[in-house]
Amino acid sequence: MATPVLDKVEAESAASPYITVTMRIRRFNPEVSDASVWEDFQIEIDPKERVLDALHKIKWDVDGTLTFRRSCAHGICGSDAMRINGKNRLACKTLIKDINPEKPITVEAIKGLTVLKDLVVDMEPFFQAYRDVMPFLITKGNEPTRERLQSAEDRERFDDTTKCILCAACTSSCPVFWNDGQYFGPAAIVNAHRFIFDSRDEAGEQRLEILNDKDGVWRCRTTFNCTDACPRGIEVTKAIQEVKRALITRRF
Amino acid sequence: MKIHKYDTVIVGAGGAGMRAAIESTKRSRTAVLTKLYPTRSHTGAAQGGMAAALANVEEDNWEWHTFDTVKGGDYLVDQDAAEILAKEAIDAVLDLEKMGLPFNRTPNGTIDQRRFGGHSRNHGEAPVRRSCYAADRTGHMILQTLYQNCVKEGVEFFNEFYVLDQLITEIDGVKHSAGVVAYELATGEIHIFQAKAVIYASGGTGKFFKVTSNAHTLTGDGQAACYRRGLPLEDMEFFQFHPTGIWRMGILLTEGARGEGGILRNKDGERFMEKYAPVMKDLASRDVVSRSIYTEIREGRGCGPEGDHVYLDLTHLPPEQLDAKLPDITEFARTYLGIEPYTDPIPIQPTAHYAMGGIPTNVEGEVLSDNTTVVPGLYAAGEVACVSVHGANRLGTNSLLDINVFGKRSGIAAAEYSAKSDFVELPENPESLVVATIEKLRNSTGHERVADIRRELQETMDANVMVFRTEQTIKTAVEKIAELRERYENVSIQDKGKRFNTDLLEAIELGNLLELAEVMAVSALARKESRGGHYREDYPNRDDVNFMRHTMAYREVGEDGSETVRLDYKPVVQTRYQPMERKY
Repeated sequence: MATPVLDKVEAESAASPYITVTMRIRRFNPEVSDASVWEDFQIEIDPKERVLDALHKIKWDVDGTLTFRRSCAHGICGSDAMRINGKNRLACKTLIKDINPEKPITVEAIKGLTVLKDLVVDMEPFFQAYRDVMPFLITKGNEPTRERLQSAEDRERFDDTTKCILCAACTSSCPVFWNDGQYFGPAAIVNAHRFIFDSRDEAGEQRLEILNDKDGVWRCRTTFNCTDACPRGIEVTKAIQEVKRALITRRF
Repeated sequence: MKIHKYDTVIVGAGGAGMRAAIESTKRSRTAVLTKLYPTRSHTGAAQGGMAAALANVEEDNWEWHTFDTVKGGDYLVDQDAAEILAKEAIDAVLDLEKMGLPFNRTPNGTIDQRRFGGHSRNHGEAPVRRSCYAADRTGHMILQTLYQNCVKEGVEFFNEFYVLDQLITEIDGVKHSAGVVAYELATGEIHIFQAKAVIYASGGTGKFFKVTSNAHTLTGDGQAACYRRGLPLEDMEFFQFHPTGIWRMGILLTEGARGEGGILRNKDGERFMEKYAPVMKDLASRDVVSRSIYTEIREGRGCGPEGDHVYLDLTHLPPEQLDAKLPDITEFARTYLGIEPYTDPIPIQPTAHYAMGGIPTNVEGEVLSDNTTVVPGLYAAGEVACVSVHGANRLGTNSLLDINVFGKRSGIAAAEYSAKSDFVELPENPESLVVATIEKLRNSTGHERVADIRRELQETMDANVMVFRTEQTIKTAVEKIAELRERYENVSIQDKGKRFNTDLLEAIELGNLLELAEVMAVSALARKESRGGHYREDYPNRDDVNFMRHTMAYREVGEDGSETVRLDYKPVVQTRYQPMERKY
């Protein structure tokens, strides 16, 4: 058994860690102007800190009007999906050192949803698509007195898609969704998958029919942007493929 | 300004609020007002599990669970409430499973269970497997499952509506709830919600500490709204410091990690919990483990150049077990510390985690305006409330349980109350306090900044009222908070707009934190004993003669407008368990 002693993490912490970075943020406030503009902020930050920390430094010490959503600050609540250096990420899960702080770090709102102010978008169409796939367990017959039984293997079948935090990083990285907001988008399909492949659920056919729609699962062009964007590491494209296959074979 | 009328209004959409909403929507016209989108709530950050004596993997019963809860709370728990919590736990877990919650399973397909701190077989004999879990994301699954069922039931949400004031109308000298005042983030508009019943489920106050597992948004808004309207706050001096937060960041690493076999070690590699808790060891209750960690650090056995943390060692556990049972926390270590938990121990320190105190309620969730009087139409559940099922120290997995048991109870009670009651008349100019608060901040030309005051508040709270407290440190905190409250009068904001003005809301949230920090410190100063999460180095023993009682703090406003905290006390309900010395 390993007996831990002082390790490498500690050794690094003594030297002054601060560096200067430029945060280049796409600003938009319809109370001020109809046009959005890029604005640069120079801040001192420890590169082991998060992009969210950088945004807080700006908001708290420089410009209180900078507006973004955030809550848990460690990748669980899904509030702070943003486009950082051109890729969808959670600001609280992205460390400065990992995104080349030598160059300006660009931060803008996620795409495909209406920007309301700075980094805040209208989430309503996103949640509507989610609600449309009936994201809840549907069963028939009488309820058992104890829990429904489920084997560990059956539980594992949909484990990956239970991890979704509804941050919209996947949906707003999808070129099909950018072009046509009617597309359900990856997140809604992921949440349909979570129930279609749950052995306790009895409404898989209904959900498949919903996704068989012209704005459903067939719009997916397997660009894998969604899988790359998912901060929870869900294999989103694979889940979408499994739903497509279930639609063809009617087996799930 | 808009006026809405609903039978039942729920403030907050975390676990307690949504569990209540599922019940009350079936029975009454219900609106849920939430400052965050529902799935953003901090219930989602809970990891380890939800306790219930299902006895799926070994012998267990709810009476043992009741005892553990009472003992864990250092006998400040109201025992009638703890009994309800433990007894109804079983149905609460089964309810969630039937709603679709994907629990981990045993080989025979039932809900799997694991060990957790302070939960024992037969009154302390040995650890017991009582925590029902879904990997290390049980809170996430509960939050998602409850939201899914809110969608199913058609619950009406008002997202990003901040409730800033509780409306009270006195009828024959009795305070009645008349509704709430909310601020719509998107537009800056003020909304009055007249309601027959209001349920607060708005969460905790952890953001007055610096190193905390709490979200930025946990600013005690519900507690402050009630307190400002003359309602008491109970046991606010009792705050839980979770032993294993990520060093300096405070991000939670579940107790389930120790339930799976993880071990705490000091700089010499010693398993130091064996000294402090010979039976339960690393799974002693959280207050005991947090104090043990700081004792190690103070006696020079902490790790790192500054000796300011210890290690959570998972390296002896098989990688497959970590992947299957603790996937999220091992990823946190990789993401935020660059550490591989398969091979390296994780630096941790205690982190401010949970408010045991809050708005006093009875077991139906009805809010009390003194030791016995119910406020008709007003309810609270979850971390915002104090039933009290957690007493001086909450057991791990009992908060996910609390939100489900008392969320459900308050949802049913509130809806039944609104079905048989009339609307209470609104007070005159119901919006006036909120308008005055907002306009003052918007028009202020003062030179104080929200971020500076908040930073100083958090630093003083960490330094003076954390795991170890003395008369001197608490007094320092009281004085500093008073100074900060004075400076807060001159705070100004930069964003003067209407649309998504989070600058304004952060200023209001800071006002709530300052008010509640004062209540906490004043309550802590008066409790001259050590019990559960409240440890006084100058009074290291529990004093059942003088302090076996709940603190009740009231806001008093003098004729000159000056504000003080008045303390009163409430007896503890004891049924079957006599206080004993607490050993693990």
